[in-house]
Amino acid sequence: MAKGKVTINEVICKGCALCVSVCPKNVLALSTTKINPAGYNPAEMVSDDCIACTSCAKMCPDCAITVEKLD
Amino acid sequence: MAKVLMKGNEAVGKAAIEAGCRYFFGYPITPQSEVPEYLSSELPKVGGTFIQAESEVAAINMVYGAAAAGARVLTSSSSPGIALKQEGIGYISNAGLPAVIINMMRGGPGLGTIQPGQADYNMVVKGGANGDYHDVVLAPASVQEAVDMVMEAFDIADMYGTPVIVLADGLIGQMMEPVEFNYVRREGIPEKTWALTGKGDGEKHMIENLVIEPDDCEAWNHRNFDRYARIEANEQAWEEYKMDDAEYAFVSYGTASRVVRTAIGYLRNAGFKVGMIRPKTLWPFPQKAFDKWDAQIKKYLDVEMSMGQMVPDVAFACNDRTKVLFHGRTGGNVPTVDEIVEFGKEVMGGGK
Amino acid sequence: MAVIFEKTKALTDVKLHYCPGCAHGIVHRLLAECLEKSGEDKNAICAVPVGCAVFANKYFNFDAIQCAHGRAPATASGIKRVHPDKTVITYQGDGDLASIGTAEIVHAAARGEKITTIFINNGIYGMTGGQMAPTTLPGMKATTAKAGRDPKVNGNPLRVSEMLATLTGPAYIERVSISTPAQVTQAKKAIQKALEIQKKGLGFTFVEVVASCPTNWGLTPVKAMEFVREKMIPYYPLGVFKDITAEEGK
Repeated sequence: MAKGKVTINEVICKGCALCVSVCPKNVLALSTTKINPAGYNPAEMVSDDCIACTSCAKMCPDCAITVEKLD
Repeated sequence: MAKVLMKGNEAVGKAAIEAGCRYFFGYPITPQSEVPEYLSSELPKVGGTFIQAESEVAAINMVYGAAAAGARVLTSSSSPGIALKQEGIGYISNAGLPAVIINMMRGGPGLGTIQPGQADYNMVVKGGANGDYHDVVLAPASVQEAVDMVMEAFDIADMYGTPVIVLADGLIGQMMEPVEFNYVRREGIPEKTWALTGKGDGEKHMIENLVIEPDDCEAWNHRNFDRYARIEANEQAWEEYKMDDAEYAFVSYGTASRVVRTAIGYLRNAGFKVGMIRPKTLWPFPQKAFDKWDAQIKKYLDVEMSMGQMVPDVAFACNDRTKVLFHGRTGGNVPTVDEIVEFGKEVMGGGK
Repeated sequence: MAVIFEKTKALTDVKLHYCPGCAHGIVHRLLAECLEKSGEDKNAICAVPVGCAVFANKYFNFDAIQCAHGRAPATASGIKRVHPDKTVITYQGDGDLASIGTAEIVHAAARGEKITTIFINNGIYGMTGGQMAPTTLPGMKATTAKAGRDPKVNGNPLRVSEMLATLTGPAYIERVSISTPAQVTQAKKAIQKALEIQKKGLGFTFVEVVASCPTNWGLTPVKAMEFVREKMIPYYPLGVFKDITAEEGK
C-alpha cells in the first residue's frame, strides 16, 4: 500500500530519469506513451510502493516533482 | 568655502567626497596614484569604503557592483589601466548604471611613458569596449575645473544612468592650484528604484547585461541611444575664448588648451584674429559651438597632445575637413607656446 | 495527506533552459531553498556568471546581477561593501571562476569578503560547447583537447577548494556533490552553513559542488552521475577544507 504520492509536472519534466535512477522502490519510470510539448517522455508513477522518501524530488533538476505523504 | 592649495589628484578625490561619493575601488598607477592614496585615508573618515583591488579589471567590476547597489562610486586610473577597465565600463554602460571614472592620461601606446598625454581620446571618447555605446566624457583644463567636473560627473551619471569619464592628464593630476569646493546637487536626479537592495516584500530587482534575442537586443540598444540623444541635447559644454571677432579658431582641450590660450595672446598681439573653441565635453562633442561660429571661421587649428585623434570630430563638426589643420605632440611631450605660435602663423599667414 | 516536498518560492516559475539532467537546476534549488527557509530571499543579492548559469537571475526569485565573465566576486564585493547587511552570493561555473576569474576569486577570498560563493565544478565549458575547462580531468575529452586532456600539453587541473583553503581570509570552504540524494542533502547543509557564517560576518564562504554535464560529457544524465562518483570525486575529494567555526569550538 502506498505511503506516498509523487506528482510530476509533465510539462517541465525533461525525461532525464535521475528520479527513476534513485527511487529505492522502483516506483518511477519514463513514460512510453506520453511526449510533452518540449518533446520529452516525462517520468510517471508506475507502482503503488512509494514510501515518500523524496529522493526523486531531491535529484530533480527541474523542480518538476511534488511529494505527498499519505495518512 | 575658502580656496585651498591642492594637488590635482588629491583635489579630485576630495571633490568626489564632497559630491557624496563614499566608495572607491582602484589600483595604483602613475601618474594618478595620489587619488587612491588620498581616498584610502579620507573615505574612512566619512564612513566610506576604499578597496585597493587586485587589478584595474577587478576595480571596475567592484564599481559595477556598487553602482548596481545604488551607491555613488568612483574609480580612477591612467591610460593603460583605463584600457584594462574598458570591458567593465561597457557592462556598466549597457546596464544603464551611474559611475564616475577618472583618467589621468599618460603617453602611450602600451606601457608608454608616465608623462602626460592626450592619446586616449579615441579609446575613451569613441568607447574602448565592444558594442554600440557612448560614455559621457568631461575634459578639465585646470585643477579647479577637474574638481567641478568630478562633482558634476556624479550628477550627470545619476541623471541619465551612465558612466561619466573625467578625462584629464598627468599634468593636471600632479600640479597644485588653488581650488574651492562648492557642490550644489542638480535638480531632477531620479530615485534609484532599480538598485539592488534585496527585494524585501516587493518585486525583485535585476541588473541585466545579456539580451540574447536579436530583436530584444536591438530594442535594448535603442533604449541606450534614447539616453544618448537626451545627453547630446542637454549636456554639450564648451568654452569660447576670444571668439567674437575671430576668423581662425584653435580647437583644443585639457592641458593642451592652456598652452594654446597663452599662444593666442601672442598671436593677438601680432594682429591675428584668432580665438579658441575649447570642448569641455568630448562626448557629447560640442557641435553647437561649431554651428554657432562656423560661418565666420576660415580655418580650425586643432592642437592636441596626440597625433590628432580629435581631428575627425572637428572636421565632422564643421562639415569641412579641408578647414581643419593639426599640430600635436605625443609620447608625453607638451607643445610649447612658441611652436603653437609658429603653427598659427603658418596657417594664418605671416609666418617665416 | 501532507505535501512534504514542493518547489521553493525562492525560484520563479520561469522554465529552466538547462539540458536534461543538468546539475545547475539542483543547485539553484538548494540555494533557493536555503534562502527561503531563513527568510533571506528577501535580503539576498546574487551575482551570476557568464556560462550556462548566465540566466540564473531569471530563475532566482531574489535580486540578481549579470556579471562580466569571471568578475562576479569583484562585483559582489562592491555590492557587499555598499550593503553589508544583505546576503550577497556569487554563483559561478568552473570556466568563470577557475579560469578567467581566478584573480577575482582568490582576492575576494584573501580579503575575507563576507560573501558566499557557490562554485559548480563539472570539468567542462558547457555554454560554449564542451571545451576544456581548468578543472577538466587528465584524460577527459573536450572539443579543445580531443584526445583527452594531456597534462604535458594542456596543464593540470586546479583544485580550487584546496587552493583557497591555504588563505587566511576564508571562514568556510566545503566541497560537496549532488550525484546521490544523500549528497544533495549534504550539499544543502553546506550551503546553509555558508550562508549562516556570512550572516554572522565571519568571513568568506565557499561551497564547491562537483557536478555533471551530461550533454558535453556525452553521457546520459544517469551515467553522468556515475562518472561524478567514479572519476570526478576521486580527483576532487568531498569534505570540509576550512571551517573557522569548528576551530573555535575546539
